[in-house]
Amino acid sequence: MARHVSKIKALLLYRSYFVRIHYTHSLMKPFFLFVFLMPCFAFSQAKNSETPVTPNQLAKGKQVYENNCMVCHQETGDGVPGLNPPLVKTAWVLGDKTKLINVILKGLHEPIEINGERYNNIMPANDFLNDQEISDVLTFVRNSFGNKASAISAAEVKAEMAKK
Amino acid sequence: MKPFIKLSLCIAIGTLSFISPSDKKSTSGQRLKPDADNGGITLPQGFSAVTVTEESGKARHIVVNSNGDIFIKLSALKDGKGILLLRDKNNDGKADETQAFGDYIGTGIAISNGYLYTSSNQDVYRYKLVNGIPDEASKQTIVKGLPDKGQHESKSIALDGAGNLYVTVGAPSNVCQEKDRQKGSMGIDPCPLLEQHGGIWQFKADKLNQSQADGVRYATGLRNVVGLDWNKQTGELYAMQHGRDMFAAYFPELYPLPNGDDLPSEEFLLVKKGSDFGWPYCYYDHLQAKKLLNPEYGGDAKAIGRCAGKDLPIMGFPGHWAPNGLLIYSGNQFPERYKNGAFIAFHGSWNRGAKNQAGYLVAFVPLGKDGKPTGKYEVFANGFAGTDTPSPGGAKSRPMGLAQGPDGSLYITDSQKGKVWRVMYQK
Repeated sequence: MARHVSKIKALLLYRSYFVRIHYTHSLMKPFFLFVFLMPCFAFSQAKNSETPVTPNQLAKGKQVYENNCMVCHQETGDGVPGLNPPLVKTAWVLGDKTKLINVILKGLHEPIEINGERYNNIMPANDFLNDQEISDVLTFVRNSFGNKASAISAAEVKAEMAKK
Repeated sequence: MKPFIKLSLCIAIGTLSFISPSDKKSTSGQRLKPDADNGGITLPQGFSAVTVTEESGKARHIVVNSNGDIFIKLSALKDGKGILLLRDKNNDGKADETQAFGDYIGTGIAISNGYLYTSSNQDVYRYKLVNGIPDEASKQTIVKGLPDKGQHESKSIALDGAGNLYVTVGAPSNVCQEKDRQKGSMGIDPCPLLEQHGGIWQFKADKLNQSQADGVRYATGLRNVVGLDWNKQTGELYAMQHGRDMFAAYFPELYPLPNGDDLPSEEFLLVKKGSDFGWPYCYYDHLQAKKLLNPEYGGDAKAIGRCAGKDLPIMGFPGHWAPNGLLIYSGNQFPERYKNGAFIAFHGSWNRGAKNQAGYLVAFVPLGKDGKPTGKYEVFANGFAGTDTPSPGGAKSRPMGLAQGPDGSLYITDSQKGKVWRVMYQK
């Protein structure tokens, strides 16, 4: 999160620099071009480490959620007290991506505890979903119900599938 | 101002305490002042309720002693304790003293022959009641080491007053699939879980350290029973079966909406020694009044197959309402038609379709002298969820346990915060 914020700050800085240059030093073209391209470098770097969350992916993820997850975790992501854990602002959802991907791939077969509450229902493996569907649904869950977190890419899912 | 407030309080309290003995009558329940809003629930005409406590903890079952003391079993420890004693010292219906003991979670709680019986998710214990107070030092283990695999792990208890204790052992499974709760996974045949789970076991009520093998397999084919009670009038055991989950979610083509959400039935059972209610092979369809084959065992929403001859419920309720409390009413406070009838606390659904969750209520079923229903079920208490579109996480409260007070009042626990209502009838 902190890294993300500093990137945005950097982009804004470049932009303000560019605007000033554009109006005051319009003749300094090579320098202008270099500055103009800088945000693109920054953006492509961001793409490598953190796939952007797109409305299209969220829509697809919502569909996967409704077909496979909602009956247990509920429309609100609140879950069911004592049975099915909530997906709202928990470390399971917002934390380690590989751990989360593996919950989908392998399911959960032991009771877990979240905020002092025990959840003991079985979660079946959802390994019938493909890497793109898992990427979509996890990105949707990480950006719904009040959650805000980076996307999970199909490549990240694929990497975990390969470990199986 | 301050001394004035103090003085007025003193006068107010003094006046109250002066008038209270003549004004309140705790034993009949008839003059006890109910809450203006009946504690947020709706009741039939003539009935009212007082909130005994707003929050007690993760309440499961409840029992009320002959002196009015209330015992509640918790499913999560509160300050390290799993059993509460609530006492109403000034007879206004509201608990004003709480004690706690027992360092284990669980569900079952009952009083019989001068003992308080409680259950963890593996064991059944009892405490001698000395002048109505459980003597912690007298704790005895009656049943030990029952299976607890996380799912459907709670052990409900009932006593027949004739020396027997009945304990439920739920199946740690939805429908005994090869892969539990995996869409498309077939049922294991025969289901090995039935050996140690999925039934009711009968034990001696006063014999110590009995293992599951020491008990008698009283009934089988029971996926998960939480509501359990002994009918003193007929001398028979009654139970509420939680039907399997996920019909509409797994098999929308077999169980299309709207009926898909109402199946399978939650079953109201008269349990006889040797009863087999058919889980995991069979489920009950109250719309067709038939036991039918589960799709994981080749069923198609019509086929009966091996389910012919399985024991039928005495009533089927809409799907997924989750009956967690059962009380056969033997009190004299309520009108005559309630006598020997059944109150059922439904916890409320989670695996019906979105925006179609239901059953956050207490129902009543009139029973005849033969212990069979004489009419349809009635919604007795409602409004627990605090909304018309309830969800398990968002519901304000969810009915859980039921008990009868010495004056015939009906007590209801809630699992969300442990709210407790005392329902009374006022002529």
